Amino acid sequence: MAKQIEQLDRVIIRFAGDSGDGMQLTGDRFTQDTASFGNDLSTLPNFPAEIRAPAGTLPGVSSFQLHFADHDIVTPGDAPDVLVAMNPAALKANIGDLPKGATVIVNTDEFTKRSLAKVGYGTDPLGDGSLDGFKVSAAPLTSMTVEALTGIDISKKDAQRAKNMFALGLLSWMYNRPTEGTTEFLKSKFAAKPSILAANLAAFRAGWNFGETTEDFAVSYEIKPARLPAGTYRNITGNLATAYGLIAGSERSGLPLFLGSYPITPASDILHELSRHKRFGVRTFQAEDEIAGVGAALGAAFGGALGVTTTSGPGMVLKQETIGLAVMTELPLVVVDVQRAGPSTGMPTKTEQTDLLLALHGRNGESPLPVVASASPADCFDTALEAVRLAVTYRTPVVMLSDGYLANGSEPWRLPSVDALPVIEPGFAAVPNGSDGSFLPYERDARTLARPWAVPGTAGLEHRIGGIEKHARTGDISYTPANHDLMVRTRQAKIDAIARDIAPLEVSDPTGDADVLVLGWGGTYGSITAAVRRVRRAGGRVAQAHLRHLNPFPPDLGETLSRYDRVVVPEINLGQLALLLRGRFLVDVIGYNKVRGLPFKAEELADVLQEVIDGGE
Amino acid sequence: MASENGGPAAHGSGSGLAGLRLVPRTDTAYAMKDFKSDQEVRWCPGCGDYAILAAFQSFLPQLGVPRENIVIVSGIGCSSRFPYYLSTYGMHSIHGRAPAIATGLASSRPDLSVWVVTGDGDGLSIGGNHLIHALRRNVNINVLLFNNRIYGLTKGQYSPTSEAGKVTKSSPAGSLDHPFNPVSLALGAEAGFVARTIDSDRKHVTSVLRAAADYPGASFVEIYQNCPIFNDDAFAPLKSPADRDMRLLRMEHGEPLRLGADRGVVAGEFGGLEVADVSTVGEDRVIRHDTHREDPGYAFALSRLDRPAFEHVPIGVFRDVRRPSYDELLNRQITEERAERGPGDLADLLSGGDTWTVS
Repeated sequence: MAKQIEQLDRVIIRFAGDSGDGMQLTGDRFTQDTASFGNDLSTLPNFPAEIRAPAGTLPGVSSFQLHFADHDIVTPGDAPDVLVAMNPAALKANIGDLPKGATVIVNTDEFTKRSLAKVGYGTDPLGDGSLDGFKVSAAPLTSMTVEALTGIDISKKDAQRAKNMFALGLLSWMYNRPTEGTTEFLKSKFAAKPSILAANLAAFRAGWNFGETTEDFAVSYEIKPARLPAGTYRNITGNLATAYGLIAGSERSGLPLFLGSYPITPASDILHELSRHKRFGVRTFQAEDEIAGVGAALGAAFGGALGVTTTSGPGMVLKQETIGLAVMTELPLVVVDVQRAGPSTGMPTKTEQTDLLLALHGRNGESPLPVVASASPADCFDTALEAVRLAVTYRTPVVMLSDGYLANGSEPWRLPSVDALPVIEPGFAAVPNGSDGSFLPYERDARTLARPWAVPGTAGLEHRIGGIEKHARTGDISYTPANHDLMVRTRQAKIDAIARDIAPLEVSDPTGDADVLVLGWGGTYGSITAAVRRVRRAGGRVAQAHLRHLNPFPPDLGETLSRYDRVVVPEINLGQLALLLRGRFLVDVIGYNKVRGLPFKAEELADVLQEVIDGGE
Repeated sequence: MASENGGPAAHGSGSGLAGLRLVPRTDTAYAMKDFKSDQEVRWCPGCGDYAILAAFQSFLPQLGVPRENIVIVSGIGCSSRFPYYLSTYGMHSIHGRAPAIATGLASSRPDLSVWVVTGDGDGLSIGGNHLIHALRRNVNINVLLFNNRIYGLTKGQYSPTSEAGKVTKSSPAGSLDHPFNPVSLALGAEAGFVARTIDSDRKHVTSVLRAAADYPGASFVEIYQNCPIFNDDAFAPLKSPADRDMRLLRMEHGEPLRLGADRGVVAGEFGGLEVADVSTVGEDRVIRHDTHREDPGYAFALSRLDRPAFEHVPIGVFRDVRRPSYDELLNRQITEERAERGPGDLADLLSGGDTWTVS
């Protein structure tokens, strides 16, 4: 008898298991199949920094959460509707996040006395009533996988390892996902290992068949494709979008991309990605340290390349002296800081927004530079391109702030038309600019205040630059007090004037009469937007704006803030943007700050907004 | 589409020197004055840097390279003011980082002749890491390390090449640090080209600079340089007419390693080298210098002959062993990838994953 199919508008699934169980791959495959089906989606991978933490322990749990829907969604979701727990540790680490009534699928093969004891379960949660109120489907996923692979010539260990594909097959059946994508993926991944390929395909099919035949699952679900704006879409993570944005910046400026970088979580994937694109003339240099990474990028920029360095907090700190040199020499440089939990090593795989003040002020002297931040994984493309545009146009280092959540999280991205992307004009100096035929490397463009970019190889423009203060026109060493004051102010004025060249702040205020504005920046865009939608659905009035440009601010920011009675600024730090807003605009913004290494939940932010709205009435 | 080398396209057939084969050549007959900038030179009177600067400025015309294709990158310290005094392109960067900056420049612009000027503090202390990595990578740069065995610009603290026990402002009871031998260090990093010269011998400086420029990859040149203010006469034993012929071992490829009339370098115990009386050991035991020995052990053994303090100091080229330079390999990967798969197309790249269409 055909099983019943129930319609849902959205689902949140969390795959959880040991870090060796392949949960990230499972989640990623489910995501790709969901994307190609046409749902809107948002993902949250969450994994330990250790490559293989001790098996079966709580610190070793790796999870992947996916939220997908038949409508536009903006977060990976607060609480899973379905938890797949491959072992007791995964159950224990995640069950607290599930609302009552949620579905829990557990792999009973791993629920041995020893495994239970390892994570402090005195009794088996599958039998002691502690899961009452949840819909529990307990099945021996590992042994069913091994059984399904009888006749395939692989070791027992390899057979057991295919259990993640069994789980993927089961969930794919439950949610009527297409299977072609995963089939093709496996065929290409294991092309050289036919028996492993056969095992994975068989496990995937067996999982699907198990769903279809067992009485445990009476219903499967369907989530119709989302009605998104017309266009061609792909699913993309923040790090991939950043890499593509940088390549786009190279193509649109005609400058060959040079990346100097040192491996660091969670930024390394940008290095990995760019190293694959030599066809675009991309040169990647894995340096001996963070300092050499940015140094080489600056050296390449002096030679006329698009110099880029990518890092995370601890590396950002090390690069600051060289970034200061870039401020002084006024050369284009893009610095991507994929923020992670700090201070020091902190929590390398967890997200945070704590490097804003570091980016703005973490150098000696008056050392201004533009700072931009991405709002979502796909937005990293536009942000990276904007960073390139500002760096090249204004001859300045630019910091792009991403974060660990954006870097690894993904969402559908509507592909831009390449021809519609901005053209970036490097405008290399070609002839002397001095009245007597001399070259004045610090004589500025009247509009942008940018200095000429004269690259070695250009005859007649030979000049020397460096970290010592310079004469305002000749660029020669100058210790004159008035000249230094002029140069300090000029460097600041150049960055400030960029405000004229960036879009005004977009404010969403559908009723036009909100008293409360919520202002965010960076990776909290999804959570804040989801919270605002909740408040509005419940009849609340709230305006929302989100900053891409953190320095300079959009020109109308002060005026926008003054239009609202109260301004709420949620940040995954202790109030860094709030400090800047208070200092700049004398607005007593209300901060909401949690620093847990995780994105905000929409529900908690909605409650905060509602309280502020109610508090004013 | 982005150009191959960045900036104006490189052209020209390359200079006669192998290290400059991708750098355009000029027929302009430059003179020394063409490489002097309009900046007043501000080293202390009597500083060894003057002699090195003069030797460098008079050497540059020999390269046959357009002035605009020469770049000097330096760090921080007395020696690092060098770029300001040359009319080429230059960057006076930050402390210790010149090799890293030059790496980015040289590997993205093979059409440039890139020179790094550094000192014993800049290159071996704060920048030691960058130096050894630039050498092992074999980036096409020429590193000139001015060794005066003292911190000059900060007014006289001991440096990583100061002798142990040295009394300075920061070591009133004597320095506790064991010094680096820069040549041994560079050889330990497997630099392909390692040489030493001395500020007071302009002819020798020039010959070593030329050999360095000829090397296609990272060349390392230690230049003994006197600091008359904070470490005067540090190299006096090598300069006095009475002593120097007994102490300076002038190395020439293919020639016997002789010190003065009586002594020569022979094989010692455990793979080492030692100086012996030729009349005792016999002429045929004197080693003929071979800069092309693949194993850096031989050159390393030569670099150890200076102990104890300046007993025998080899000058000239220790090692000249060629392998592909970093920039050559990096650019080859790009060329090969383009030849195989064609140049990149941005629209194809962006739509390269699994896509779906919403109408």
